[in-house]
Amino acid sequence: MDAIQQSLLEQVAGLHEVPAGAYNIRANGQMAGRNTTANIDIITKEDKNGIDIRIKPGTKSESVHIPVVLSQSGLKESVYNDFFVGEDADVTIIAGCGIHNSGAAATEHSGIHRFFVEKNAKVRYVEKHYGAGDGNGERVMNPATEIHLAEGASLEMETVQIKGIDSTRRTTKAEVAEGATLTIREKIMTHGAQYAETDFTVDMNGDDSSVNLISRSVAKEHSRQLFKSRIVGNGKCHGHSECDAIIMDAASVSAIPELTANNIDANLIHEAAIGKIAGEQLMKLMTLGLTEQEAEEQIVNGFLK
Amino acid sequence: MLELQGICFSAEDENQEVEILNDINLKIDERFVAVTGPNGSGKSTLAKIIAGILTPTAGRILLDGVDITERSITDRANMGISFAFQQPVRFKGITVRELLSIAAGREATVAEICEVLSEVGLCARDYVNREVNASLSGGELKRIEIAMIMARGTKVSIFDEPEAGIDLWSFQNLIRVFEKMHEEINGSILIISHQERILNIADRIILMANGRIQKAGSKDEVMPELLGCGQPCRTLADKV
Repeated sequence: MDAIQQSLLEQVAGLHEVPAGAYNIRANGQMAGRNTTANIDIITKEDKNGIDIRIKPGTKSESVHIPVVLSQSGLKESVYNDFFVGEDADVTIIAGCGIHNSGAAATEHSGIHRFFVEKNAKVRYVEKHYGAGDGNGERVMNPATEIHLAEGASLEMETVQIKGIDSTRRTTKAEVAEGATLTIREKIMTHGAQYAETDFTVDMNGDDSSVNLISRSVAKEHSRQLFKSRIVGNGKCHGHSECDAIIMDAASVSAIPELTANNIDANLIHEAAIGKIAGEQLMKLMTLGLTEQEAEEQIVNGFLK
Repeated sequence: MLELQGICFSAEDENQEVEILNDINLKIDERFVAVTGPNGSGKSTLAKIIAGILTPTAGRILLDGVDITERSITDRANMGISFAFQQPVRFKGITVRELLSIAAGREATVAEICEVLSEVGLCARDYVNREVNASLSGGELKRIEIAMIMARGTKVSIFDEPEAGIDLWSFQNLIRVFEKMHEEINGSILIISHQERILNIADRIILMANGRIQKAGSKDEVMPELLGCGQPCRTLADKV
């Protein structure tokens, strides 16, 4: 791996060296490293690009890293990764994609991740998206995530896209069975002429299931964002979604929430707030000695932390 | 020393100029000066003009002889003016520790944070990593606001009704905070208040009414006037 790929790896996975536990590193469309453990197996798919990650029932406190880095301008790929998490397992999965584009052609990565989480298993899933490089070529990422939670299972997803992705369309679909819990925290910052779209669809199919979607975003300059969420309650369940956006300069943000209750005991809530940084927040920080620009940075950094 | 010369301020209300401050002349070099007067008399406007949040329509503001009328909020803050808002501001994602560090102008240690927070009756252990968001009550925010001013320790500290939104028990402690500040401060405190116990600590009381200074002087000189200011109309007078 070269220096550019190393630095991307550090950005998206916080990795300075080979991670502990299971991992699969993909660089410019090729496998650049893999490790499996007694409980976690990684198998290359035969019919298409991608891997199957199989986590044995009862696996505790183990982690899987599956970072992807692209530094070759013009490369376009779709990767299909399937996670099979056995009953009662408790694992952390760290994905992430970094693109360095110093050429003129668009570089594109579409990660299609499917999670099959068995009864009472717990998953923490973290993904980070990052772009760098001084070329004119666009850096495009279109992640698709599909989540199937069996009875009593839980998945906590954290997704972050802070810098350098020109265009992103992320779709997340989930079905949540009885007593299962899904939490998704999304953080997005767009600038320049970037475009980011998020589209969540969650079906709560069992009693005592719950979902909590929290999106915080900042849109700067001429960038545009679209937030869509559809939550369907088919049982005695609890659904909550929250879209909180700061808009700056000439940016544009749309939030389109949709709630459907098909059961009298479905309890669904959506909150959305879009607005510029409050003048009084800037003023308070300025009375503490910050310039207007420093105050703005503090507020944005805190908001996305 | 803070000096206000001929400060006037007017704002537009439905295409009509409304005069809020009229020819305010004031020198503040005492340790503790209290500004009081009925609602709408222009007290908060005066504080905002000193901090640079509002620009006067006429007049000059001098800090230690330097004309700061044209200076920005940031410049004034760095020259030594602090301002505790009447309604503190919430920040999603910014912690008490970060806010106090910004106030102190450097990364504040836990010991330093403990020092200022305990002064306002909060335990650092419970608060350093709390976000200054809607999870804090109005009273907690108010105390953090005061702690920020203490962390700054500038030569002029302005407090806009620090007692507003604080419960009775906390109020006792608040008085103690200001008594202590009065003893220790190396500069001036300008405090807007309606509370007699705060006015009692003041070296000088300024009574404002209808955008003007009606009376300035010691407690004994000003207190009798307090009851007579802002004369109500007959209907209201009959009821009070």
